[in-house]
Amino acid sequence: MDTVLVVVITAIALTTSAVIDPQKTILALRRALKRFGSLLPSFLTMLAFVSLVLALVPQAAIVYYLGQGRLVEASGIAAVLGSLSLMPGFVAFPLAGILAQNGVAKMVVAAFTTTLMMVGVLTYPIEKQYFGAKVTIVRNLLSLAVAMLVSVAIGVYFGEIGL
Amino acid sequence: MKKTQLLTWAFLSAYTCFVVSSFIMGFEPGERTAKSLLLFLREMLIILPPAFILIGLFEVWVPKTLIERHLGQGSGLAVYLWAFLLAGTTVGGLYVSFPVASALQSKGARLGFIFAYVGFSGFCRIPMTLFEISFLGSEFTLVRYLVGVPLTLFVSDRLGWFLESRGYQLRHPEHD
Repeated sequence: MDTVLVVVITAIALTTSAVIDPQKTILALRRALKRFGSLLPSFLTMLAFVSLVLALVPQAAIVYYLGQGRLVEASGIAAVLGSLSLMPGFVAFPLAGILAQNGVAKMVVAAFTTTLMMVGVLTYPIEKQYFGAKVTIVRNLLSLAVAMLVSVAIGVYFGEIGL
Repeated sequence: MKKTQLLTWAFLSAYTCFVVSSFIMGFEPGERTAKSLLLFLREMLIILPPAFILIGLFEVWVPKTLIERHLGQGSGLAVYLWAFLLAGTTVGGLYVSFPVASALQSKGARLGFIFAYVGFSGFCRIPMTLFEISFLGSEFTLVRYLVGVPLTLFVSDRLGWFLESRGYQLRHPEHD
């Protein structure tokens, strides 16, 4: 739904721009194409990785490992999985819902979803092109720390761990 | 740079071989791989072209002085509100936020804003939040926002401040 909205907005913006100043619009399109072209290999690599991981790791195994053992360990595993994966919201949240329904603690689910959203190991090759290797690593480690604090807060809120 | 490019293409070729031969020999996990690739590829090919076109239009139409004044060095804490709103409506996630961030920085936005924007586009995109509420409940989302938003702000602000004091600049890969 929101993608449709973006396409419509883009179409309107592009038409308006073309009516006001065709020259500038062509320049904009050429810049867009250049950016897109230079990032395409990285995007494709990232997608290839994601599709491999998602297809080769069965969902049942994920539920099994995250539902077992101590909360802290399970959260750690969940955070690693979340950092290493990348999936669109329409895949990630149904999966998170399944985890929660199968008795995986909210804290563990939070560790998974927040790292999934904030920490990007697979987007590293893309991010590095903009931020450089060092800042990319620091930024992701800080995001990981934030994600872990959020998951602890969720655990405390839902009474899964005491302070 | 040459070497990583070579590696990228080597990986992509190996991947293509794997997927194609999986289909020929009926290797089920390989077929599943290809199917999820197509699913993602479809989503990305719908999202990315508009996103890049909007970035291109932004670059040619929005004057640098405007961004500098509102999102640059002299601007106050309101920049973080802008980062939050802009990220909330960013479609796609982190991978779209990087080129947007790069375009914003070359127009003079300050680093604290850039990091907050990238952080928030992972953390609080609106469509994603709606998914989260429907599958995990609104209390879950509320706690996540109450804890995560201030933390992300703090981290972005400090990281931006630190890197700015060292004269750090974002790169612009397409100009290489």
